[in-house]
Amino acid sequence: MKVANKTVTATRLVKDALTKAKALSEYHIFTFLNEEGALKKAAEIDARIARGEEVGRLAGVPYALKDNFMSPEGETTASAHILEGTVSPITATAVEKLEAEGAIMIGRTNLDAFAHGSSTENSYFGPTLNAYDKTRVAGGSSGGSAVAVALDIVEFATGTDTGGSIRQPASFNGVYGLKPTFGTISRYGVVAMASSLDCIGFFTKTPEDMELLMSIANGQDPKDMTSLPDYYNTSETRPVKRIGVIKDFDNEAVDSDIRGALVEKVELLKSKGYEIVELEMPSLKYALAVYYIIQPAEVASNLSRYDGIRYGFRSEKSAELGELYSNTRNEGFMAENKRRIMIGNFVLSSGFYDAYFLKAAKARTLIIEEYAKAFEKCDFILTPVSPNPAFRLGEKVDDPVAMYLEDLMSVSLNLAGVPGLAIPAGKNAAGLPIGLQLVGPRRSDKALVEFSKELL
Amino acid sequence: MEINCETIKHLAELSNFSLSEAETERLGGDLENIIKYISQLDELNTDNVEPTYQVFEMENVWREDEILEQDATREELLALTKEAEDHQIKVPKVL
Repeated sequence: MKVANKTVTATRLVKDALTKAKALSEYHIFTFLNEEGALKKAAEIDARIARGEEVGRLAGVPYALKDNFMSPEGETTASAHILEGTVSPITATAVEKLEAEGAIMIGRTNLDAFAHGSSTENSYFGPTLNAYDKTRVAGGSSGGSAVAVALDIVEFATGTDTGGSIRQPASFNGVYGLKPTFGTISRYGVVAMASSLDCIGFFTKTPEDMELLMSIANGQDPKDMTSLPDYYNTSETRPVKRIGVIKDFDNEAVDSDIRGALVEKVELLKSKGYEIVELEMPSLKYALAVYYIIQPAEVASNLSRYDGIRYGFRSEKSAELGELYSNTRNEGFMAENKRRIMIGNFVLSSGFYDAYFLKAAKARTLIIEEYAKAFEKCDFILTPVSPNPAFRLGEKVDDPVAMYLEDLMSVSLNLAGVPGLAIPAGKNAAGLPIGLQLVGPRRSDKALVEFSKELL
Repeated sequence: MEINCETIKHLAELSNFSLSEAETERLGGDLENIIKYISQLDELNTDNVEPTYQVFEMENVWREDEILEQDATREELLALTKEAEDHQIKVPKVL
C-alpha cells in the first residue's frame, strides 16, 4: 500500500481519498466522512516526516472504519437508529493500534444495523450498492467497508465477522477479507453482536497488505479477556501439501460459476503439485441452523442493554419508565434486530432451552470435532464463500430465511473459531466477482494468508 | 411448531418491545419460518455429546485486583444521556 513520505504527503493521500469518497457518494458507502479530523492528522504526520521522525508502518494511509468501532471521531451508530447521536468517549483497541502506526480514518462505513444481515440493506441509513453493479447488494454486514476498498477509495477497511460479515461482502466485491482465529484481535470498543462468535478483521486489495495489518492489530489486550497473546508474529509458516475440498458443498444449491471457479483453483493447485483431499463433513449442513440458534441467543443478551437511558435514541412519547424502555426499543431497532432478539429469547426461554439452545451447543461440538478431523487429513480447506454472487437489491430483504441461507458456508468457521480468508477468484459472465474461502486450523492465520498467494 | 399470537406477545414482552398489531402479525409469520428452519436440528443425533458454549482457548486469565485507569470520565459518560442533573440521569416516573 502507498505510505506517506517526503514526496507523497499524507495530506495528498487523505485529500485524494476524500475526493473519491465524495465523487462516489451514490454508492452510499459512508455514514460519516472524517474530513476535518483526517486532514488534521495528515498535517501532523507530514510535519513529523519533515522533521525526519519515525512515522509508523501505516503513515498517512487512509482507511475506512466500519461504523461499529468506537472512537471519538464521528458518531458510532452501528447503522442503528437506537445508537444515533452517540459519540463514544472511548477508542477501540484495534483503532488505537492502527493509528499508532499512522493510519488515518477518513470515514465510517455503512453496515446492516448491529451487523444483523448479509446485504447491508438492514441499515437505518439505507443500503450500500455493489461496487460492480449498482442494482445489486454490497453483501453484509460489512458492505460499506468492502465497497470502499473495491472502489479504491481507501487502502484498507476494518470489518467484523460473526457469521460471514467480512468474507461474504469481500467476495461480492472482489477483494480480500479475513476472519481471523477467534480471539486474535481485541474486541474492546467494538459494538458486541454475538460474543462467542464475533471476530474483527480487514478488507484489503492484496495478501501482503493483510499480513501487515494482522501483524499490527493482533495480540492480547487487558481490556478484552477473550484476546489471545500474539501468536501471529511468532508463528512459523509450515509446509503445505494437502488441500481439502468439502464434498457436501458440491451440489445444486451452489451457483455453477462458483463451483466452476473452485474447480479451476483446484486444477491450479494440482498443477503446482498439491494433493487434493475430498472431505466428508456431514454436520456442516446443520451449521446454519446451529448458528441461527446460538447467534440470536447471544444477540438477545447483548442487545438487552439498549433502553434509551444512558446513551443513544430515547423515545419521547412515554409517560412512565416501563413504557420508555419498550417504546425506545420498538422504535429504535430495525425489523431484523427484532426478529433476532425474539428468536434468541425464544430459544433461551423455559420449555424450549433444551430443544433449541442446548441442542445447538451440542451440535457445535460435533462441528468443531469435524473440523479437527478434517485438519488431520489436510492443511487447509478451499470452499465457496456464499452460494451465489451478489444478488439484486430487494430480492431477499423480506424473506429472512432466504437471507440467512447466504451464510450457509461461512458460519461454521465462527462456530469452530477457525480462520477463513475470502479471496477473489475471477468474475462470472455478468461481470460480478466470485469469491472463494480458504479455511485453516486455529492460529494458522499467517500461513493461511501466505498460502493464498499460491492461488493468484 | 406453530407460533401463535400469544407466543409472539410473550416474546415481545421478554424482549421489551411495544409491537403494533400489524408488526405482531408480520413478525409472527417470519418467526414461524425461522423456527421451522432451525428445527431441522431435531434430526441430528447429539446423544452423549457435551455442549460447547465458547471457543476461546484459554481459561482463567487472572489479573491483579486493582482499579485500572478508566478510558472515560463520569462527566463524559453522563454527557451521553438525554437529561442529567447533579450527576444523576433523569427518567420519567417509575410508577
